[in-house]
Amino acid sequence: MKELSLHILDVAKNSVKAGASLTEISISTDTDGLMTVSITDNGCGMTDEVLKRVTDPFYTTRTTRKVGLGLPLWRLAAEQTGGSFHIESSTEEGRSGTCVTAVFDTKSIDCMPMGDIVSTVVTLISGSPDKDFVFSDNDERNKRSVYLDTRQMREILGDGVSLDALEIQMWMSEYLCEQYENKTEN
Amino acid sequence: MKSLAELAAIKAKMQDKVVIREGEGAIRVVVGMATCGIAAGARPVLSTFVEGVANNNLTSKVTVTQTGCIGICQYEPVVEIFEDGKEKVTYVKLDADKAKRIVEEHLVGGKVVNEYTIGEYKKI
Ligand SMILES: Nc1ncnc2c1ncn2[C@@H]1O[C@H](COP(=O)(O)OP(=O)(O)OP(=O)(O)O)[C@@H](O)[C@H]1O
Ligand SMILES: [Mg+2]
Repeated sequence: MKELSLHILDVAKNSVKAGASLTEISISTDTDGLMTVSITDNGCGMTDEVLKRVTDPFYTTRTTRKVGLGLPLWRLAAEQTGGSFHIESSTEEGRSGTCVTAVFDTKSIDCMPMGDIVSTVVTLISGSPDKDFVFSDNDERNKRSVYLDTRQMREILGDGVSLDALEIQMWMSEYLCEQYENKTEN
Repeated sequence: MKSLAELAAIKAKMQDKVVIREGEGAIRVVVGMATCGIAAGARPVLSTFVEGVANNNLTSKVTVTQTGCIGICQYEPVVEIFEDGKEKVTYVKLDADKAKRIVEEHLVGGKVVNEYTIGEYKKI
């Protein structure tokens, strides 16, 4: 995968698979071009054994079980820029969840382009219309901030309209694109 | 300027919409969006179908949904089209341009784009 936004789609789908009712994707870039992407969910969390497996790529090659490449590739994408990668997870009942944080140096020539993040967000939401998502992207360099919260959308739409309706997908796409074009306001 | 408030208007419009149901000519477009599909380029294919259906005013008749792995990863991006009384059409190895053609010829025009179907692909 050649775009960070495709990896984000893949990693956020893990949260949905883990049964999360709320998944938050937050991107923030500081004035030095250091970009932190964190994906936080209230899903079932990972046991220590799973956690060890997903963070240690050598560990995975030794097991006979088929393990995914989603997280190892995401980690690699961050670390190859000189950035970092960190997972926190809890399986404790009532407060389980996972937070995957990856830091990228966007000035590095090894930093993949972000690509079409708007499509990622719309695809994610319309792919799981019963789940809630909060997306934010703040860039200190141009004071741009983009935000979408499906809970706010649901408040207006009520139960009658599903978030995967094509009209809603088109609206989300335009709403986000407009915020990305609006560099200095907000 | 787009705002959340617009959703109320969209909701009102959608409630008036006459939806064509299964058995009355409805068409269902299903896009494989598992990791294998996404890695092969399924996301822009999905977006092209969504935009194509919306821009051609087909939303009352055509739905576009995502699914997991369809089981033929080597042919991703894969799209299946289900239509009442017709055999399922499976399109393989799609990209945004091919998806655009399928919107125009199959969804709007009602004619299957044979060259992109799995049957044709297997002949090469
Ligand atoms: N947010 C999460 N919450 C709970 N478990 C998770 C989460 N993310 C990953 N996992 C666990 O870690 C495993 C590895 O994730 P990874 O994305 O690397 O591969 P995968 O999802 O199994 O397969 P692939 O992404 O290649 O289709 C998952 O199968 C799941 O058990
Ligand atoms: Mg995964």
